[in-house]
Amino acid sequence: MTVMALQGSLELGIIYAIMALGVFISFRTLNMPDLTVDGSFVLGAAVSAMLCSQGRPLAGPLLAIIAGSLAGCVTALLHTKLKIQPLLAGILVMLGLYSVNLRVMDNRANIPLINKTTVFHLLQGTPVETYAKLIIPSAILLLVLVLLFLFLKTKLGFVLRATGDNDQMVRAVGVNTDSTILIGLALANAFVSLSGALIAQYQSFADVSMGIGMVIIGLASVIIGEVIFGTRTLLRRLVAVVLGAILYRLVIAIALELGMPPTDLKLVSALIVTLALSMSAIKEGLYSIQKRFNAMNRARGGSA
Amino acid sequence: MLKIEAVSKTFAKGSINERRALDNINLSLDKGEFVTIIGGNGAGKSTLLNCIAGVHEIDQGRIWLDNVDISFYPEYKRSRYIGRVFQDPMLGTAFDMTIEENLAMAYARGKPRGLRPGINKREIRLFRERLALLGLGLEDRMKQKVGLLSGGQRQALTLLMATITEPKLLLLDEHTAALDPSIAKKVLQLTREIVAEHQLCTIMVTHNMKAALEYGMRTIMMHEGRIILDLEGKEREAMTVERLIEQFENRSGVELDSDRLLLSQ
Ligand SMILES: Nc1ncnc2c1ncn2[C@@H]1O[C@H](COP(=O)(O)OP(=O)(O)OP(=O)(O)O)[C@@H](O)[C@H]1O
Ligand SMILES: [Mg+2]
Repeated sequence: MTVMALQGSLELGIIYAIMALGVFISFRTLNMPDLTVDGSFVLGAAVSAMLCSQGRPLAGPLLAIIAGSLAGCVTALLHTKLKIQPLLAGILVMLGLYSVNLRVMDNRANIPLINKTTVFHLLQGTPVETYAKLIIPSAILLLVLVLLFLFLKTKLGFVLRATGDNDQMVRAVGVNTDSTILIGLALANAFVSLSGALIAQYQSFADVSMGIGMVIIGLASVIIGEVIFGTRTLLRRLVAVVLGAILYRLVIAIALELGMPPTDLKLVSALIVTLALSMSAIKEGLYSIQKRFNAMNRARGGSA
Repeated sequence: MLKIEAVSKTFAKGSINERRALDNINLSLDKGEFVTIIGGNGAGKSTLLNCIAGVHEIDQGRIWLDNVDISFYPEYKRSRYIGRVFQDPMLGTAFDMTIEENLAMAYARGKPRGLRPGINKREIRLFRERLALLGLGLEDRMKQKVGLLSGGQRQALTLLMATITEPKLLLLDEHTAALDPSIAKKVLQLTREIVAEHQLCTIMVTHNMKAALEYGMRTIMMHEGRIILDLEGKEREAMTVERLIEQFENRSGVELDSDRLLLSQ
């Protein structure tokens, strides 16, 4: 693999890590399978691309954060107020966002940003100019990571984490779980949307279908991180998500290098997540087979 | 302190599974009163506690706590004044968070949850002191996740969480039923101490008739959603488990086979 390709996947991994942190908040902290992600990622990209093409690249990611959190709020309200299952609520918002995203993009399926100034031009004229696409996302990711960690250590952050563990307990200590879910999903989709906003400017286009399977990529990153880097403390879990996202990109890059057609990418992502999710069932199955095998041996030994 | 007036609750109204779980319940508790509730399976004991706590909305009647009508307050809002310990030791704590984090969440009961640090030095000191009083050695494990604790340790911790802000009312729903007899006894002992220390108005549901008479100062018997016996004072002091069973059979018209109700630990 060339150094260029390696650097490229590292850059992508860092930007996608912000999205993965969002998925971590909904899937792990709130314990809610939030599929809004596929839509809110594109929403961020669409907002960012439109503003960028109008010469306001910085406003893009900022407005994307607000737009994404609103999308998360809608999903949360569908679930908490209208009692729609989280999975379905997310799918409904994701579907609705498809039309919203097209509207944001002026009814075009694709917004090219060729020759536009993006946030990655911020370091132009400085000695580190060539590494702008590495430095800027890293700085944003670090900021997001630190803020998220500090937030999860506040009084509000505590009850947010407890909501995923045991919502009954959260209500029993006087906290409205409808609000913690609202705040959690808003935050999660703000992260996802910010990630989409940066990706659009990074790759110089936004496409209405660029979010397909995003939630699975996020989940893959979370699970890879957990399996390889562990879950002992909160900080470790957050860092594991980031490393998982980067590792995921590297694996994909290597697979492409080895000749996998890019069109198979989604299939491979689905396989990785299937494998990761079925890990405990496979382990149990193997253990059960081993037990039966041992019992059989013993029985044979006994009769001999 | 607590006043329940003509409260009724029917589940699955209008369906074939319709079930009148509470039937015109009237009950008043004074400040610092400790009441135990007994009754057979499905008598409506849990439903009564859940209606007071706001888990279920009542169909009819009114509930006042400290002269405030809380009948239509949502569950979380009532929890600002009501501490609870559940039968299932899993339900009272967040298992993936540490002992001190759980206590910190309970300690902030009734206060706004802002962006201040979730726990501070002063609170840690306080929690250590209070945990030491439980006598389970939890004060040395404050940074461990609750998921590592046994059922009895969790119930003791939940009890501390429910009472650390001195709520107006403490609701205990068979909070020792899932524990080994010796640990159950320990948790009951702790309950008695904590209730006495803070003079807490308490309702404790139990299946153990002996405990029902031994703990608290008043005993209520429920059957089919109604209160069929309300014992206190001299009458209660003279009561034995055998006579209580007799009373139950007379008043409910149901013969008591040796079901859970008889089990004494
Ligand atoms: N959420 C619910 N939905 C429908 N029916 C319910 C519900 N909760 C309780 N019931 C019914 O209401 C009746 C009273 O139940 P409750 O749980 O209050 O009894 P209990 O006295 O606590 O009994 P146990 O000793 O078994 O805990 C039962 O017939 C039960 O089946
Ligand atoms: Mg019950």
